[in-house]
Amino acid sequence: MNEIVPVVEMTDIAIGFPGVKALDGVDFRLFQGEVHALMGENGAGKSTLIKALTGVYTIDSGTITVLGEPKRFSTPGESQAAGISTVYQEVNLCPNLTVEENVLLGREPRRRGSIDWKGVRSRTREVLAELQLDHIDPGSLLSTHSIAIQQLIAIARSVEINAKVLILDEPTSSLDADEVNQLFRVIRDLRDRGVAILFVSHFLEQVYEISDRMTVLRNGKLVGEYMTRDLTRMSLISKMIGKDMEALTELDQASARTRASNGAGVTPFVEAKGLGRKGSVSNVDLSIYPGEVVGLAGLLGAGRTEIARLFFGADRADEGTIKVKGAGQKIRSPRAAIDKRIGFCSEDRKEEGLIGDLTVRDNLVLAMQASKGWARRIPRRVQDELVAEYIEALDIRPANPDALIRNLSGGNQQKVLLARWLVTHPELLILDEPTRGIDIGAKTQIQKLVNKLAADGMSILFISSELEEVLRVSDRVAVIKDRAMVAEINNDGVSVEDVMTVIAGGAQ
Amino acid sequence: MKSLLKHRLAWPVIALAALLLLNQVFRPDFMSLRMQDGHLYGSLIDIMRNGAPTILIALGMTLVIATRGIDLSVGAVVAIAGAASCAYIAGSPDPGSPVTAATAVLIAVVAGLALGVWNGFLVSTIGVQPIIATLVLMTAGRGVAQLITGGQIVSVSNDSYKSIGAGYLFTLPISILITAAVFALAAVLTRRTALGTLIEAVGINPVASRLAGLRARNIIWIVYVFSAICAAIAGLMISSNVTAADANNAGLYIEMDAILAVVIGGTSLAGGRYTLVGTVVGAFIIQTLTTTVYTLGIPPEVTLVFKALVVITVCLLQAPKARNLLSRFKAAPKPAAKEAAKEKVAI
Amino acid sequence: MSPLSTLTPLTVKKPSPARNRLRGGARYAPTLATVGLFIAMFAVGAGMYPSFLSGQVFLNLFIDNTFLIVLAVGMTFVILTGGIDLSVGAVVALSMMVSATLLQQGWNPGAVIVLVLLIGGGLGLLMGLIIQYFDIQPFIVTLAGMFLARGLCYVISLDSIPVTEAFFTGMAQAQIPLPGDLFVSPGVLLALGIVAVAFFVLHHTRFGRTVYAIGGNEHSAMLMGLPVKATKILVYALSGLCSAIAGILFSFYSLSGYSLAAQGMELDAIAAVVIGGTLLTGGTGYVLGSVVGVLVLGIVQTFIAYDGTLSSWWTKIVIGGLLLVFILLQRLFARKAG
Repeated sequence: MNEIVPVVEMTDIAIGFPGVKALDGVDFRLFQGEVHALMGENGAGKSTLIKALTGVYTIDSGTITVLGEPKRFSTPGESQAAGISTVYQEVNLCPNLTVEENVLLGREPRRRGSIDWKGVRSRTREVLAELQLDHIDPGSLLSTHSIAIQQLIAIARSVEINAKVLILDEPTSSLDADEVNQLFRVIRDLRDRGVAILFVSHFLEQVYEISDRMTVLRNGKLVGEYMTRDLTRMSLISKMIGKDMEALTELDQASARTRASNGAGVTPFVEAKGLGRKGSVSNVDLSIYPGEVVGLAGLLGAGRTEIARLFFGADRADEGTIKVKGAGQKIRSPRAAIDKRIGFCSEDRKEEGLIGDLTVRDNLVLAMQASKGWARRIPRRVQDELVAEYIEALDIRPANPDALIRNLSGGNQQKVLLARWLVTHPELLILDEPTRGIDIGAKTQIQKLVNKLAADGMSILFISSELEEVLRVSDRVAVIKDRAMVAEINNDGVSVEDVMTVIAGGAQ
Repeated sequence: MKSLLKHRLAWPVIALAALLLLNQVFRPDFMSLRMQDGHLYGSLIDIMRNGAPTILIALGMTLVIATRGIDLSVGAVVAIAGAASCAYIAGSPDPGSPVTAATAVLIAVVAGLALGVWNGFLVSTIGVQPIIATLVLMTAGRGVAQLITGGQIVSVSNDSYKSIGAGYLFTLPISILITAAVFALAAVLTRRTALGTLIEAVGINPVASRLAGLRARNIIWIVYVFSAICAAIAGLMISSNVTAADANNAGLYIEMDAILAVVIGGTSLAGGRYTLVGTVVGAFIIQTLTTTVYTLGIPPEVTLVFKALVVITVCLLQAPKARNLLSRFKAAPKPAAKEAAKEKVAI
Repeated sequence: MSPLSTLTPLTVKKPSPARNRLRGGARYAPTLATVGLFIAMFAVGAGMYPSFLSGQVFLNLFIDNTFLIVLAVGMTFVILTGGIDLSVGAVVALSMMVSATLLQQGWNPGAVIVLVLLIGGGLGLLMGLIIQYFDIQPFIVTLAGMFLARGLCYVISLDSIPVTEAFFTGMAQAQIPLPGDLFVSPGVLLALGIVAVAFFVLHHTRFGRTVYAIGGNEHSAMLMGLPVKATKILVYALSGLCSAIAGILFSFYSLSGYSLAAQGMELDAIAAVVIGGTLLTGGTGYVLGSVVGVLVLGIVQTFIAYDGTLSSWWTKIVIGGLLLVFILLQRLFARKAG
C-alpha cells in the first residue's frame, strides 16, 4: 500500500443528537487505491460517519481534509463537488428516469441551454463501457433493472463525476452470489485505477474478500484501524462487540440455564422449514418447543430481526413452510400470528412498539383490545385490574396507569410492551432485543421473567446482541450469519467463544 | 394557572373568549338573551345555530384527521343529502306530512352512509391517498346533486322538515339540539367503546398498531362513514333552514371551514390525539369571527381573507419547523437533529 | 473459510428482457390510453352527429379551454414533484378581478397584464416558500392561498365588472384564419406556446429533469446534489404564474371579472392532469398528456351540448368518473411496478 497523503482524513470527529453522542472523537483515514472496510455493529456510528463525510450531517467538532485541503460539508452537493460519491444500500437514484439520466442527472451536457440528449447517450455509453457494463441499455428505465444493476449504475454515476472517493454503504445486502461477484469485479477495477473505496457491509466473508484495511467503531467511538490480512475473524468480532478473548473465556457459565426441554414425541409449538423471504433471509430451519427458550445469536444486522418478523407475519415468507402445533400454516399478518397466540416485542421500541401519545393503560391493553375488536371495549374495571397487576408484577415505574408512555424510561417502556403481550397469554413470545438500552436492574428483571415464563410452559424466541445474555437465558441457540441460519447449538456448557467461532466461520 | 394554560384547550378557549369580549365591547347587548314566544333569542344563540352545520361536519372531520386522513367530499355530501331529501318531498304524493319528512331524513342519512362507505372503500381497501380518494366525490358529488334536483333549486313546504333547521324545541333551536345529540353520540361511540383509543393508535403510530394486531381497515372505514353521515345531517339542516335544496351552493367551502375548525381546536393535521370539544370550540371561533366582522363594520367579504390568515398562522404554530425556529431564539438548537429525524423516515 | 456462494444463497430474479420492454413501454401507457379515449369519443361523436366531424369542432375544444390548458400546464409541474395546488381557480378569479377593475380605471392594458402576472407568480412563490421552509403539507398551504385569493376577490368587488377596454375586447373577438375556413383565437396560440415552452423546460433543461427526479425520489434527488429546495419552490411560483396567465385568457374569453368565477376550476385542472396520465404521487407524466386531458374534458362538454337531452351536470359526474378510473389505473400500475 502506498502510504502517502490520505485522500480523506477525518480527525476527532464528533456528532451528537439530542440525548445521544453518535460519534465521539473518531479518526478515520482513506488512501488512494484501497478498499477500506468500516466495521461495527448497528448503532456503532458507521452510517453517521458516512453521512458526516457526504455532507448529510454537519459535524459538531473535528476536521475533515480531502487531499490535504480542509473541508466543511453542509450539503451532499458540496461533498460531491469535492469528489466524494456514495452508493447507498437502498440505491438513491430515481426509478422513474432512464439509466442515462440517472448517470448524468444534474450534470447533463448542454448546448445553448438545452440538454444535449445525444451527448448524454454517448457519455453514458462511455462510462458503462469503462465498467464493462455495455449490456445495459442507457435508454431503459431504471426501475426495469434489478437492484444489483441499479447499484452498478449508481457506481457508474460516481465514475462519471470522476469521484476520487467511492463510498459503498451495504451494497450487497440484497444481491445473490453472482451479482456480488460482478460488483466486486467493478470495485477491484476501480481500486486498481486509484479510486479510494470505503466499503460497509454486515457480511463478514465479503469484507474479508474485498477489503485491504479496516476501521472498527463501537458505540460511536474508534476501536482501531487494522490491515485486513493481520486481523483474524475472531479478533474482529471481539473488537466489534467489545469483549477481549481472555474475558470471554473466563465468563461465568454457572448462570446459564440448562433445562431438559423436549423429550421425543413432543410436538414443537412452532416448526419452520426452509423459511425465507426474497432479499431478506433464507433457509431458516427452526423449531421451538413449549417451555423452551431459543436464542438467536449473531451480529446485529445478520438477519435476526428478519427471522423474527417472518415468524410473526410482520413480513410474509415467500419460501419454506411453517407449522404451528403440528398443523401447516401461513402466517400472513401480525393479526393472524396473534390469533395463533404468538406475540412479538420489536427491537425498535419507539417506531414499532410504543403508541407514544397514549397512556400506559392504553398501551398495555392494546393488543388484547385489538383482538377483541373496537366494539367490545375491555371494561374499565378489568383494565384497572390488569394494569395494576402488571405494574406490580413487572415493577413498572411510575406506577401510574395514566402517565403517557413516552414519558417513561426505556426500561419501563419495555416492561409495558412485555405486559402488552403477557395479558394476551401467548404461547410463543418473540423478544427482539428486549434489554437493549435499559438499566441493569430492569435488565435482570426481564431475564428472570423470561425464565419464569418458560418454566410456566411458554415458548420464547429470544434475540439479543449480547451473547452472554443469549446463553444465560436460552436452552438452545440458533446462530445467524450473513442472512441465513448457519448452526444450531444445544446450550449445555457452550461458551461465548464457541458461538463466536461459529460466527467467524472457522472450523471448530 | 400555569398548568391551566398548558391544557391543550387553553388557547382555543382563550381565543373564543377574547372574540366574544371584543363583540361585547362594540355591542353591549351582544351577550344578552331574551325570551320571545317561548323561544330563546340572542347573538349567542345565532352563533350556535348558524354554526351547527359546521360543527357537525367538523366532528366527523376530527375523527378522519385523527387517522391521518382528510375528507374533502363533505361539501358535496351536504349537497347530495339536501337534494335527495328535498327532491323526495317535492315528488311525494303528500309533500306536507311528517311521515314524508321522516322518510326524507332517512333517505338523506342512508345516502350519507353509502357515500361514506364509498370513500372508506377507496381509502382503506384500494389504498388511495385520502385527499385524492375524496377528491373524486368532491368533483362528481355536486354533479350528482344537480342530477337529483334537475338543476333547479327545489323548494319544499313541509313544516316538519322545516323544523330541523329552523324549528324550536324546549326554547332552543332544534338544529342546536341535533348537533348536541350528535356530539354526545360521537363522544359515547368513541369513549364507551374502544374506538377512540384505536383511532388514536392508528393515527399516532400505524406501524406499531399493525404489530399490535390492530385492523386499521375497519377503523378507517368507520371514520369515513361517520364523517359522511355528519355531512348528510348538516345537509338536511342547511336545506331545511331555507326550505330548498341548492345543489350548486349548499355546503360550498364547508370542508374548508370544518378542517379549519379541527385545526384551530387543537387536533393536528398529522393525526393522532384529537379533541372533539376542541373542534366544537374551533367551530365557534370561526362562526364568532364571521359575526365579529359584521359587528366591527368590516365588509363581510373580508371574512375569507381573515380565515386564510388564521389557517396559516395556526398551521405555522403547529409546524415543528416553525417551533424550532421559535425555540432557536431561546436556545441554540441542533440543526442536525431534524435531519436525523428525516433520515429515519426516508430509509 | 467457506466459499462465498454458500454464505449468500439469496436469489434476486433478474427481469427478463421481454418484461423490460413491456415495462419500459408502460411509461406511455396511461397517456396513450387517454389519447385513445379522446379519439374514440371523437369517433363516437362523429357517428352520432354528422356535424361533429369538423375541424372547427376540434379547434373549438382549444378555443373554449385556453385557460384550462394553461392551468393544467402549471398543475403538471406541481403534481410531477408530488405536490398539489388547490389555489389555482381562486387565483384565476383574482387575476380577472384585478384586471377588470384596473382596466375600468383606465390603466394601460400592458401594465395591467404585467401586474397580474406579478401578483399570481408572487402568490405562488409565497406558498412555495411556506411549503418548503415550514414543512407544511402543500394542500393546506394552497387551500389557505385559495381562501386568500378568493377573499381578495370579494374585497375588490362582489359584482361582475365588465371589461370594455379595446385591447381585451379585440383579443376576445380576434380570429386567426387557418386554411379550410377554419380559425383559432389568439389565446389558443398563446396557450400552445406556453405548452411548447413547458415541454422544452420539462424535457430539455436541468430544471425540468430535477422536477421529475424530485417526484421519483426526493431523498435521492437531494443526495445526488440536485437543487431540490429551489425547484420545489419554483414549481409553485410557476403554477401561480400560469394561473395568472389563465386569468388573463379567461378575461379575453368572458370579458368580465367576477369574484365567483372559475369556481372548482382547480378540480378541472387536477382532473385534466390525472386523466392525461400524470401520477398523483409524482415523477411520471407528460405536459402533452395534460393537454389531451383538457381536450377530453372539453369533448365531454361538447358531447353534452350536442346531445340536448343531457344536462350540464353530467360533465361533473363524467369527469369524476374518469378521475376515478384513472386513479384506479394508477394504483394498478403502481402495484405491478412494486
